[in-house]
Amino acid sequence: MNPSVAAARATFGDAIGRAVEARAETSVTVSAARLLDFMRWLKDTPGQEYNYLVDVTAVEFRDRERPLEVVYQLRSLEHKANLRVKVELDPRGELAVDSVTSLWAGANWLEREVYDMFGVVFAGHPDLRRILMWETYAEGHPLRKDFPLRGRFSRAEQVRQALNISPEAHYSMEELSIAESFDDLPADMRDRLRRGERDVVPGSE
Amino acid sequence: MSTRSVEMELATPGLDAQGRPSRIPLGAAVEESDLGRDHLLVNLGPQHPATHGVLRLVVELDGETVVRVIPHVGYLHSGFEKLGEYRHYNQIIPLTDRTDYLSPMANNVALALAAEKLMGITITPRCTVLRVIACEMSRIISHMVWLGTTAIDLGAFTPFLWAFQQRELIYNLQEMWTGARLTTSLTRVGGLMADIPDGFVEKLREFIKTFPDTLNEIDKVLTRNAIWAGRTQGVGVLTGEEAINYSLSGPMLRASGVPWDMRKDQPYLDYETYDFEVPIGEHGDVYDRYLVRLEECYQANRILAQALDRLPDGPINVDDPRVILPSKSRAMSDMEAMIFHFKQVMEGIKAPVGEVYLGVENPKGELGTYFVSDGTAKPVRWRIRPPAFINLASISKMAEGHLLSDLIAINASVDIVMGEVDR
Repeated sequence: MNPSVAAARATFGDAIGRAVEARAETSVTVSAARLLDFMRWLKDTPGQEYNYLVDVTAVEFRDRERPLEVVYQLRSLEHKANLRVKVELDPRGELAVDSVTSLWAGANWLEREVYDMFGVVFAGHPDLRRILMWETYAEGHPLRKDFPLRGRFSRAEQVRQALNISPEAHYSMEELSIAESFDDLPADMRDRLRRGERDVVPGSE
Repeated sequence: MSTRSVEMELATPGLDAQGRPSRIPLGAAVEESDLGRDHLLVNLGPQHPATHGVLRLVVELDGETVVRVIPHVGYLHSGFEKLGEYRHYNQIIPLTDRTDYLSPMANNVALALAAEKLMGITITPRCTVLRVIACEMSRIISHMVWLGTTAIDLGAFTPFLWAFQQRELIYNLQEMWTGARLTTSLTRVGGLMADIPDGFVEKLREFIKTFPDTLNEIDKVLTRNAIWAGRTQGVGVLTGEEAINYSLSGPMLRASGVPWDMRKDQPYLDYETYDFEVPIGEHGDVYDRYLVRLEECYQANRILAQALDRLPDGPINVDDPRVILPSKSRAMSDMEAMIFHFKQVMEGIKAPVGEVYLGVENPKGELGTYFVSDGTAKPVRWRIRPPAFINLASISKMAEGHLLSDLIAINASVDIVMGEVDR
């Protein structure tokens, strides 16, 4: 077992859940409330120094009773040690966990992807938008188990929406505000953009 | 505000002293806004040759200086990870061809290694060496594409032709071995889909002998070239600390001076027994990334030569009828072999309950495969840790404050492949 687990238990007590070692890899579960403290401790404590965030992802099981897990793969480049940290969330409840972007800049896109694919909301994330799917995508979160392989909408509906999408909606409000040109746009275009921001596909009403 | 007078040509014919049509001022001078005041929004891509695929960058410019870059990815999203949840472990291998399609064989190896770690399978010595050969061949073709396309982005056309010539030679070898040039699907869980054919070793040896000549030529043309150095040195600098903080991997991380290579530090496929160097950069700029990748090609060549020297005889597949399909003749004549064949094709290979993460050093960086199994033949979760995606995330940070033309060099230096970024 990775010695970090025992040290974490001594520091965080009950917040550390079960720890599993299999195939020379250690996984440890932490409560969502203490995640950020725990990660900071892992990153900054001498002797731990898990300074490299390898990956952030999530796992939902086919068994609906099992919690959805947000999984962080950590590595200490100095000690050549790996540690997997998990946070368990109830898939029927609100999926929310603190963002670790304040510790690792690399978490930015990884957390956006987890949000996009699973709908987990990362509190404190500077720019939590969809990343692989487009911002007006309205079919849900594709990697959830209740999401059908071919998507929620019919092919015909998907094609219709793709053809109806307004080219201006490819820019986010934020980007247009950079150009300071948003106010110069025609009224109907502004209106379409606003609706695009509320996840309503233009022209679908 | 500056002023400018607007003129118009006279309708009546007549020439002034210089022989031009006479012009008169049109009313009073008009006011014109300072162009330096407003920021400009430029859309680059998704259809743009310098974005190496369907990457779209929205760039905020102050004059010609980049203030901010907002990347948009996902145009090539294919839902591979979702598809993987509906497939047997061996059926996932063709999907890995299509993620980082510039180094398909290395992806095949990464997936097979992770599945074998999950199932506790130890592969044969011959298979281990052949997989090393596959990985290093992939490293060479991927770096050749990178070198060629980056040189073109920065205006050097000739190295592109040399690099793609060498890539073609490796593609011929891939075709010899797997029957496919791009979608190789080389590995199977527990082995390989085929052993190397007759004449492969000789052809690879010939390649190993001649390949450094091309690298030397590219080195001669680019490394001390004033234009190349001017376009790349000091551009897109990331310190080692920043590179770690951005979770960069592969040549991007090493160019920033962080000596981390999965082959050395968390070895797989017996890489620790090969004699090779890991090049490290000093400045973390585009130029250092070029030097690191160029040197990696020399080192990959060394590893290939050592692998051929030690290639042992023996089977390429593990001797386990639950994992490896029986030969066709046995499946047709032997009842037990036929049952195993049927069970494997219909049910797949059942993996024990549990999870596994395995990172391998791909040409682009650390390709991680994370499998979660619930005991069935299909994974509950197949996660690709995509090195190109994670490396690309740092582009906004790198490009800040540089010129728009430097953004092209920086984007090229990341070595993205959109099949993997978008998956």
